[in-house]
Amino acid sequence: MTSSSTSRPSVGVQLETKDIARTFADGTRALKPTSLSIPRGQTVVLLGPSGCGKTTFLRIIAGLEKPDPGGRVLFDNDDVTTTEIEHRNIGMVFQSYALFPNMTVSENIGYGLRLRKVADADKAKRVKEMLALTGIESLAERRIDQLSGGQRQRVALARAVAIRPRILLLDEPLTALDAALRERLRTELDQLLRSLGITTIYVTHDQAEAMVLGDRIVVMRQGEIVQSGSPRDIYFEPANRFVAEFIGAANVLAGPVTDGKIRLKGGTIPLATTQPNATIMLRPEAIRIDEPERCSWRGIVASVAFLGDRQRLTIAEASEQPIHVEASNSVSIKAGDQVGLAVEGRTIRVLSE
Amino acid sequence: MKSRQLFALACLLPLGIILAAFFLIPLVRLFLIGGGGEAGFSRYFRVLTMPRYYEALASTTILSLAVTAATLLIGGIAGIFLARNRFPGHGLLVAILTFPLAFPGVVVGFMVIMLGGRLGIFGQMTLALLGERMVFAYSIIGLFVGYLYFSIPRVLLTVMGVAEKLDNQLIEAARSLGAGPFAVQRDIVLPALMPAFVAAGSICFATSMGAFGTAFTLAAKIDVLPMVIYNVFTESADMATAAALAVILGLCTWAVLALARLYGGTNVAAAG
Amino acid sequence: MNRVAYLLALTLTVLTAAFLAVPSFMSMLAGVTQVYARGIASGLTTDWIVEVWALYSGTVWRSLLIALATLIFTLLLGVPAAYSFVVRPTRLTRLIDEVMTLPLAIPGLAIALAMLQVYGGWSWLRQSSFFIIIGHVIFTLPFMVRAVAATLSAVDIKTLEEGAASLGAGPLQRFVDVVIPAAAPGILAGALMVVTLSIGEFNLTWMLHTPLTKTLPVGLADAYASMRLEVASAYTLVFFIMIIPLLVAMQMAAIAARRSSGVRP
Repeated sequence: MTSSSTSRPSVGVQLETKDIARTFADGTRALKPTSLSIPRGQTVVLLGPSGCGKTTFLRIIAGLEKPDPGGRVLFDNDDVTTTEIEHRNIGMVFQSYALFPNMTVSENIGYGLRLRKVADADKAKRVKEMLALTGIESLAERRIDQLSGGQRQRVALARAVAIRPRILLLDEPLTALDAALRERLRTELDQLLRSLGITTIYVTHDQAEAMVLGDRIVVMRQGEIVQSGSPRDIYFEPANRFVAEFIGAANVLAGPVTDGKIRLKGGTIPLATTQPNATIMLRPEAIRIDEPERCSWRGIVASVAFLGDRQRLTIAEASEQPIHVEASNSVSIKAGDQVGLAVEGRTIRVLSE
Repeated sequence: MKSRQLFALACLLPLGIILAAFFLIPLVRLFLIGGGGEAGFSRYFRVLTMPRYYEALASTTILSLAVTAATLLIGGIAGIFLARNRFPGHGLLVAILTFPLAFPGVVVGFMVIMLGGRLGIFGQMTLALLGERMVFAYSIIGLFVGYLYFSIPRVLLTVMGVAEKLDNQLIEAARSLGAGPFAVQRDIVLPALMPAFVAAGSICFATSMGAFGTAFTLAAKIDVLPMVIYNVFTESADMATAAALAVILGLCTWAVLALARLYGGTNVAAAG
Repeated sequence: MNRVAYLLALTLTVLTAAFLAVPSFMSMLAGVTQVYARGIASGLTTDWIVEVWALYSGTVWRSLLIALATLIFTLLLGVPAAYSFVVRPTRLTRLIDEVMTLPLAIPGLAIALAMLQVYGGWSWLRQSSFFIIIGHVIFTLPFMVRAVAATLSAVDIKTLEEGAASLGAGPLQRFVDVVIPAAAPGILAGALMVVTLSIGEFNLTWMLHTPLTKTLPVGLADAYASMRLEVASAYTLVFFIMIIPLLVAMQMAAIAARRSSGVRP
């Protein structure tokens, strides 16, 4: 994971949305009143399942959709709520890339400059810079239909950045690619966004992508923000069960609490809470396999999936639902074994629900 | 594997036989008749030097070009508009605009009479407004109007079909880069629709070149090539000339459609 | 600016629709008006339609019969051919496809002339409606084949058939059990097209008909040339009534096809 503390030039604007909501003609609420402030140069990832309102939010910031009356969008102190998208000076990368098939790669990248009547020499220079930046110099004169998915993604990004936008908006830019390429481009995109330092909003439903790219992750659900914070915060301190299960793998367990211990089917775990009943979350890698007699919480191994660098275990009888555990690849274990489950107190997260 | 090939061949055979017997052989025969008699194949060039025929070919071509240009303009604008906007009455408009697709040429001719004939609505309006009953149905204007009538629905449908498939993200992307409504049309929409325009335009042109029913109903004073061929065939019974002219007309329309297909890469087809 | 462009385009579209609709409407009106020159004030009547029916009902039935026969032939010839085009494309199928679509590019008048040259002398054929049917089959075949072939390629018929073959079905059985059901939407669309085109076909038919084998459009041309405007209009009205259900059915089939196919890749 790239550290988010890398110093970077700060360009672009500070984005401020105030009480942005969107109600469709048929009465459905795609977005409840939402306020968000993004400092200059930061990358914020809007993360959520499909239909959570993240794309609507992005399209309102872009100017492709109008917010309900009362909502406002500010770029620095410039109120752009009623400004058409073509006058907002934003860069946008679409899920389908939306590259113009009647133009070459260079023409696509230079299109925004052409519309701004940038002199030919300057335009050519900037296009060249963009080609170099995204590593596609050799494709300059290609037609769009001669490009691979990954190349298209780079052209789309180069085109959006070429106009030196005030803010960069990316709508699931890696979703159209296959998994391996997606992973490679994710890292590349992260470095590129960091070197550019433009205020960026990145929409995705892929939590792994969000982890890598976001200075801040904004988790959305059913038209509203449920949690906003650094990837670390979101992972270790999810605000509720939805976030816990959406980000990474999570064992969510519920049981009665007596004498500072939560009682589960396979035993007890020490828990510091005053509630009589609690719901807790345990990440699979936070559970350690140990000898049964040394643990207060036990279960039976239902299945073992050897993944090379680690093993994924499913433990039955420890709780009402099977428990997932990530164990080191050196632990010798097989289905049917009785095991003890050790948990460190600080890795337990009590969920409010 | 052998049986599969045989089965596929057996599926093809009846169609092949019917096409050969009732289409290919007659066509070859027509070509030979056009090149028969004393004049031989030089007739194909001779007919084109005779004023009656080359004038007919020229006026038919000019008429068809004019109709094509007007249809592309009207059908293009209306087609893009209907594809990109939804409003109450949209479905009704589309229905009205595509209804004449099934009209034979003769009926289209009659529609022109209803518009610009002696009892036509245009005549009644000019009588009321100008005190004079204007009749255009039987002139070249009548033919132009008639050809427009049967061409517009086809072009409109073709343009609408492609415009509806146009990826909206392309337009949004152009706008995000600063393109206003005019630049969007110029840089994105029109280039995307160009193949459809070429296809629709070539169909429109070929159909106008070969249109017979409309001219037949209007019994227009202007000689279009299909009417000339018909007259040569029925009145002077000069089969060789009629055959030669028919072959030339067929070659013209086929060549236009073949060229359009080369350009567009899509299959285009005229009907009627 | 945007608003103005929108209104201009809307106006042009509405005017174009009016240009197409007004004469059809006037003609329908004329078909039920006593004396069209004096307008509706002269009174509405069904006399003209009764007269048309007495004079021309034969052409209506003949057109329907010819359309039906044309449909049967295009189905028998076209569906297997379309299957062959999709499943085993070879140089031969491409050649046949080229020839088959030629009648769309060549004016009907020329095709009719050519047919007359070869078969005009066979008087049993020349005198019967069968001659017209052949012309219509040649002219409408590409529509049937294209519609069926498009459907078959969309459902990836090759894989479906391989599936059926792996279960032990022979070629003919696969054709009946797998191919025809898969092609059904295309067959329906093609059939509606064929019937509509056949009923309205004039260019070929005018050359191929005899006084005893007049079809509806031929009768219309007759009426336009020799009858009073009201009779011609009433006859046109009969034609409209015949094709409107076909057009509506075609629209509905197209909508149903779009729905069932869902989002295409």
